[in-house]
Amino acid sequence: MNENDLINEAGSTSESPLQLMADHLREIGQGIVLSSGIVHGEIELQVSAGAVAQLLLLVRDDRQAAFTQLIDLTAVDYPERKDRFDVVYQMLSMSSNMRLRIVATVSEGQTVPSVTGVFMAANWAEREVWDMFGIFFSGHPDLRRLLTDYGFEGHPLRKDFPLTGHVEVRYDDTQRRVINEPVHLVQEFRDFDFLSPWEGMHNELGGNAAKADPDKTAK
Amino acid sequence: MGVMDPSLAPPIPPGADQDAILRAVGDEITNRGFVIAKADKLFNWARSGSLWPMTFGLACCAVEMMHSAASRYDMDRYGMLFRPSPRQSDVMIVAGTLTNKMAPALRRVYDQMPEPRWVLSMGSCANGGGYYHYSYAVVRGCDRIVPVDVYVPGCPPTAEALIYGLLQLQKKIRRTATIARS
Repeated sequence: MNENDLINEAGSTSESPLQLMADHLREIGQGIVLSSGIVHGEIELQVSAGAVAQLLLLVRDDRQAAFTQLIDLTAVDYPERKDRFDVVYQMLSMSSNMRLRIVATVSEGQTVPSVTGVFMAANWAEREVWDMFGIFFSGHPDLRRLLTDYGFEGHPLRKDFPLTGHVEVRYDDTQRRVINEPVHLVQEFRDFDFLSPWEGMHNELGGNAAKADPDKTAK
Repeated sequence: MGVMDPSLAPPIPPGADQDAILRAVGDEITNRGFVIAKADKLFNWARSGSLWPMTFGLACCAVEMMHSAASRYDMDRYGMLFRPSPRQSDVMIVAGTLTNKMAPALRRVYDQMPEPRWVLSMGSCANGGGYYHYSYAVVRGCDRIVPVDVYVPGCPPTAEALIYGLLQLQKKIRRTATIARS
């Protein structure tokens, strides 16, 4: 836990460098940033999908912010929401040692402008998001699937994609090639994780883990 | 180590008896210049004594495969050297998770190997999908793609287990009749 977090938890947020940066970012992103806050000790900006590239350019080229690195670009699926996806951009400012999370909410079928013009690193990350979630990035130079098999159908990280998928492969002796077939399982998948910490992170333990997250309500 | 053919006598252990036989063979060579042996036994001896595995490391099993080739276990003792080309190798060690996308490539490499060829499936993932059995992207056992001779269990199997599997493969080769009679 660093200094910023301590100040944050104490409640005197106005002087903390993190809060100052958040205020600064809200200022330079005026009209684009929908909401901002400090979540899990990092700045989080909500933005509409259409303005993502513009905001990334702003926070990259601003002398004080200088979020010059795109660490990761990914998405989250919330199937119960109307706009089911969050596209998340993780940024790092080397000069101020701060991280920034930019979140754009996207509905199914909505296109997001590609940020490959701002950060080259977004190229494969956007391909992966397209592959795994089926979020289309307009203006991407080469938006092919990245990880899944050639000719794969569906988007595996969507919550409604079945774990085992729809097809399995087998070598066919008569056709002399590897063919796709509908999945046939001898035994269905059985889940033995009753209190797994990986399943949704329910805070059964209470204690410190529950208290360590006061920012969650601020959002 | 010996021929496990029940029709034959068990192999003779080192000792006076074995020395006598070896001396007799040596005398035969010095006196006449040749010895007589069964051709298929000779072929099997040659084949099992220089198994050249194709390096097909796919996941963490490949690290154990490397250990088995390195100085501690040293597969070279059995005449096994890894070859980077399928055209120079006669056994393929499928070491690791075989994904759907890799499956056609694995089959192509297998098809490029000259006959006679053998496949050793190493680790749970290659044997039956293992941890990724229910994944949408993993082949549930590499025997769906290529015919497998020996399965080595483990996650990953130790280098010793792999060596044991290879010795089992040697035994299997020695048991097979190389020259088919009709």
